[in-house]
Amino acid sequence: MRQTATMAWPMQAGATASPGLHRLLPPSRRQPGADLAGHVRAHGPLPYYGAAGGLIAEIRSARLTGRGGAGFPVAVKMTAVADSRGRAVVVGNGAEGEPASRKDKQLLWLSPHLVLDGLQLAAETVGARRAYLYVHRDDRLHRLLADALAERSAAGCDRVAVELVAAPPRFLAGEESALANRVAGGLALPTFKQPRIFERGVGGAPTLVQNVETLAHVALIARRGAAWFREVGTAAEPGSMLVTCHHAGGASRVSEVPIGAPLADVLGLGREPAQAVLTGGYHGTWIPAAQAALLPLTNSALRQAGATLGAGVLAALPSQSCGLAETARVLRYLAAESAGQCGPCLSGLPRIAGAFTQLSQLEPDRRCLADLERWAGLVAGRGACHHPDGTVRLVRSALGVFSGEIERHLRGRCTADRAPAGGPGRVPATAPASFLPLPADVPAGGAGPAGSPRSRRDWR
Amino acid sequence: MDVRMRINPIACVGHGLCAELLPERVTLDEWGYPVVSAEPVPPRLEAHARRAVTDCPALALKLERIR
Repeated sequence: MRQTATMAWPMQAGATASPGLHRLLPPSRRQPGADLAGHVRAHGPLPYYGAAGGLIAEIRSARLTGRGGAGFPVAVKMTAVADSRGRAVVVGNGAEGEPASRKDKQLLWLSPHLVLDGLQLAAETVGARRAYLYVHRDDRLHRLLADALAERSAAGCDRVAVELVAAPPRFLAGEESALANRVAGGLALPTFKQPRIFERGVGGAPTLVQNVETLAHVALIARRGAAWFREVGTAAEPGSMLVTCHHAGGASRVSEVPIGAPLADVLGLGREPAQAVLTGGYHGTWIPAAQAALLPLTNSALRQAGATLGAGVLAALPSQSCGLAETARVLRYLAAESAGQCGPCLSGLPRIAGAFTQLSQLEPDRRCLADLERWAGLVAGRGACHHPDGTVRLVRSALGVFSGEIERHLRGRCTADRAPAGGPGRVPATAPASFLPLPADVPAGGAGPAGSPRSRRDWR
Repeated sequence: MDVRMRINPIACVGHGLCAELLPERVTLDEWGYPVVSAEPVPPRLEAHARRAVTDCPALALKLERIR
């Protein structure tokens, strides 16, 4: 095991290490955010390159990809922004609107200075004089980050001033164009992106948007080099990544794992019975547990299985849960999170959520299957952002993976129906679905379209 | 130079004029929003396509060159 050799944080005597790698997160998670002096002791001072080219070459050689979900090569994006006309702006994206993901919050809480180092390096690389850190609205976290920024400014280690911007608690708040709008002082609503954000983003300036985990990797690569970064991971997809795992037994935790680690180990699939695995979060894909158990955690392997790593959300659905009820609840949430700007999304998502909710109940009308197929085809690719596409991906994978459950429901039975009391019988019209984490205000299922978009409410 | 219709789905509010002016490339979905084909607009239809673009009350359509 090379873990010791690649550890970036010194182990404190007597501290118990949480499992996984400790490049980005300190072994002990008891105290939040090391102070700047502790951070510099652990990692060394912030190594400015003095010129744009050096770091881009190192990042290209490290093959670092974005950790916000899209997995785009970081060096390519940096080059595009650096080559665009006008003075660039850099934004660290820690909006993390996905309710099932906690890794960005954990990272900002435990290693804020790594992220802030990465933000400075990214600004230097693309020649930006303005930088923003866009973070999920949370007073305690914002206080910690404001303190960290003040400490850095007093120590004189930042060359570009950083402004903290709060992201509203919306699923789409971190979408690049929504982010650009919010950082410029507007609402966090997606726009029709022409030209692209890297050419015209915040206030019309070429804008580099990188997820906060990506920036933390940049800060480590700048110090330790690409070869160190590649010591873990696979040849094609080197490095480590943060994952938020929801185990079938109910536990959920954030950990750092080498890319290519067996999904079964990361998610503890052998230990607790699971029927299916959700990868890539709520815009992601269900995979049958038996198939998922054989996959390594790489984008290429997941892509072959029709899935993606996304922002590292993994959830193992317990065998006694109803995958249809769980998915229906997520779909009602996603419908309510539509920005309500594009007709097909505004009209289609609540109907899709409504039909799926019907399917999650006993003896559903068979016609809702045909409705789901048709509406999925009608909304895909017709939004200004990827919200309808991601929602359809989840719907289609659920219809495939839970086809057995659909048959059971049509016959008036349900997997979640093995409750000891009363033996196998009928469950209430809507079985309680509560495995996948969601905000408390998800609309309840009922007849007809579910979860109409909360247009314009709290997008600031 | 090949051109095709492109829609800004945020600007579009579903007036549906485009589907009447250019039915060869635009149909309406069951909610009244245009489904715009990505197929090139042939020269014989270009005048109709331009009319659809200029007559759209929401200015949500444009004709773009296919690169």
